Order: sequence, then C-alpha cells, then structure tokens
Amino acid sequence: MAAKSKVVGSFRDAVADIPDGSTIAFGGFAMPGTPFNLIKALLEHGAKRLTLVANSTGGAQKPRMPDIGMLVENGQVAKVICAFTAATRPTDPIPFTKYYEAGEVDAELVPQGTLAERMRAAGAGIPAFYTPTAVGTELAEGRETRVINGREYLLEYALPLDYAFIRARRADTFGNLRFHRAQRNFNPLMASAARCTIVEVDEPILPAGAIDPDDVHTSGLFVHRLVQVPPAPEGLWPQKREERRK
Amino acid sequence: MSGSKGLNRQQMADLIAHQFQDGWVVNLGVGIPTMASNTDIGDRDIVYHSENGVIGYGPVAPEGEEDLNLVNAGGQNVTLRAGAAVVHHADSFGIIRGGHIDVTVMGAYQVSCRGDFANWKLAGQKGGGIGGAMDLAACAKRVFIILEQTTRDGGSRLVPQCDLPVTARGVVTLVATNYGLFEPTGDGFRLLQIAPGVTVEQVRAATATPLTVADPLPVVKLAG
Repeated sequence: MAAKSKVVGSFRDAVADIPDGSTIAFGGFAMPGTPFNLIKALLEHGAKRLTLVANSTGGAQKPRMPDIGMLVENGQVAKVICAFTAATRPTDPIPFTKYYEAGEVDAELVPQGTLAERMRAAGAGIPAFYTPTAVGTELAEGRETRVINGREYLLEYALPLDYAFIRARRADTFGNLRFHRAQRNFNPLMASAARCTIVEVDEPILPAGAIDPDDVHTSGLFVHRLVQVPPAPEGLWPQKREERRK
Repeated sequence: MSGSKGLNRQQMADLIAHQFQDGWVVNLGVGIPTMASNTDIGDRDIVYHSENGVIGYGPVAPEGEEDLNLVNAGGQNVTLRAGAAVVHHADSFGIIRGGHIDVTVMGAYQVSCRGDFANWKLAGQKGGGIGGAMDLAACAKRVFIILEQTTRDGGSRLVPQCDLPVTARGVVTLVATNYGLFEPTGDGFRLLQIAPGVTVEQVRAATATPLTVADPLPVVKLAG
C-alpha cells in the first residue's frame, strides 16, 4: 500500500479538523520559523478555548504579522504558555499584555530554556526534569526543588502538545525537514512533542529521498501535514522589521 | 556642583567589553549589552552566542543584504562569522545550562550587593518578560550587568536588596553604570573604575549601600 501523502493543498484544509480546547504550539523566534500562514488560517478557522505555546505572543516587531495577540483579540484563547507576557523593553509594549493584565486570558510564564526543554522532554519520553533555572525566584515559590551535589534544582514537567505549527525551508513528501539559519529554533522540539505536526514550507515540496539523509534536521516521522507557502501577497513571508523609534 | 553624568550607553558597553578575554563565548542581552559587540577590543577572538541557537554571529547585515531568516536574540538581521553554526533551541539552552557560556551581559532594573539582580518584572505588573534571562543568569559562568546608576527620580539602582522580583540570586560579579565599574562585595559595592568627570562623592551619594573604593582608582579610558 502506498504511503498516504502528507501534502495538503491549503492552509485552511490543514487546520480544518482542529477541535476547540486543543493545545497548539507555534514555532519561531522573532520572524524566522514562525508559521504566519497557519496562524492566519487558525484565525479564520475560529477554534476556541485554545491553549497556545510559543516563545512570545508576538507584536513586538513591526510590521505586525499574524500572532497570538490577534487570536486573543478574536476570542479563541484560554491560556498561553510562553517566555514573555510583556515586552523586554517596557517602552515597546506588546498587544497581549493588556489582555493578560485585564484577566481576559490566562498565562503561564516559563523561562525560555525551560520551555524548550519541556517540549524536548515530552518528545523524548522524559516526564520531568530538574533545572537550576528560576531557583530562588518568584517562579519557584511553592514548587518542588531538590538539592543534587550541593546545588538546588527546580522540578519541571514535560509539555506534550496536540498540534505543532512550524515553518521550514525545505521538505520532502515523507515530511523530512531542513531549516534555513535561525528558522530552526523551537521547531524540531515542537514537532517531536506534538501528536500532529503541520509544516508550512518555503520551497516546492520534493519527492521523498530528495533531501540527503545526512542533511535532514527533523525526521518525517514527526511530521504529519505539509503545505507549500505561495508567493506573496497570497502567502506570508518574513519581513524586514521597521527600525525602532529612538 | 551637579557633576558629570558620566558615561553614555556605548561607553558603558565598551567598559564591559574590555573585560572580555580571548576565546570567551559571550551572550549579549538586548539593549545596551548588544552595543558591546561594537567595541574594538583588539585581536581578542570572541564567539557571540544567541539564545535562538546562532553561534558565532557577527555585525548587523548591511542594508539590502539581510537574510530575513537570520536574527540574533534582539531580532536584528545579523551576519555570520567564519566558523558559525546553528543549533535548535534545546541545544542552544544546553549550551547555556551546561555552563559553556563564559559571560552573559544583561541590562537590569536593580542589582544588589549580594549579586542578586532584577530585570524581568516591573512593580505592579502581573506578568513580565523572562525570555532566556533566568537560564543565562543561573547558568553562565559569569553575569555582568549594565545599568544606569540611578532611576529617573534619582533612586539608586545599586541596592542592599532588590525590591523587584529577582531574575537570579548571588550571580552578578561585575556591574557597569554611567558612573563606573563596580563589583558586589556582599555588604556593599566596590568601585573599581570611575567615569571621567565623576567624583567619588557623587558615586557614594548615588549608591544605596556602603561603598569601598579601589586605591589607586583608575579613570575609565574612553575610546578614540
């Protein structure tokens, strides 16, 4: 029996069956690797009570691209697990902050390395781990710590996902992925932690085997759906950011 | 006499960059710390690491030559130096957590004489922006902080203990402000270098802890 193709014809079709209440991770760090087209499709799809996982909630850079803040504005989000509920620079506020501060959406603030490792652990069958990060801070209050070899560590749990939305430069029909430069970031970890990984792909999708096995960054066994990004303006691509005002 | 305001932002970054040693792996936080990569520190080889897994990045790309899929932690379109590599986020933070970063340089709202610092959450705010700061602060071999000596209303940012939520405790070993270079000593700060035109009395008045002063006290050498 021939393998079922993972290639899906549109972003709308790729997200069509996502139920309310799903836990979905969005890859990307700043523009690179961010699945703008899938986020836009999720905005149009309208699934509700979502738990979203991402490094940041978006909107810190201009021009603004589809982001978690827009899904919150659209009434689709119950909770966000992320490393920023507010901007690094208080002078550059991000849209999400006002909804969170007003109590309209819940959030779990997680240090960036812990967030990455929680998803790596979920994909690798590790239920929890100890890390020195955040020991002695407000985030560790009331939580389990343990002293190992004289140093205190904080217990963190794996973070399994229902869906991962990611972006890659190149894919074959089996779903093997290759990223370009800083596109990689959280994307391989999210793919491993998700029951269903959906990838938006920059380049035309290649026949299986066209990517040398040594050059595959994420194996197709972690990938379930592929959509090729059309040229702009139909497809969304990383933009050069507008310079900050001094 | 009100005295000099001391160093500007680039000069504060220069003061920290001159402490880097040949071969160090360095992580620069957003804002003033990023400016440390502009400093001429001679032929010392520095490997700049960015949280998103870019190891060995170089200057910001010239206009028109940007790769929009290549950014540093501040989202700037940077270039790569010879020998650069890109890894995923778990490996990037394995580098951090595993103690392979020689120094992380960050901005902060406050730093205490015990080496605690606060840079992720403002007073009265429900959430904050942690990013990679807690991982870097807890695990880099050294934590250097750059911040203005005082707040806009004149309060010292060099304090006996942080009243804002801390990022990590007991980790800071060097602090650069517009007034000079300091080290936390547990019960106060020690002034190691002073900015040109600034007086020790001025520094003492703007430090909320006991202050000891290096003797002799070098004046910060400015570039050019």
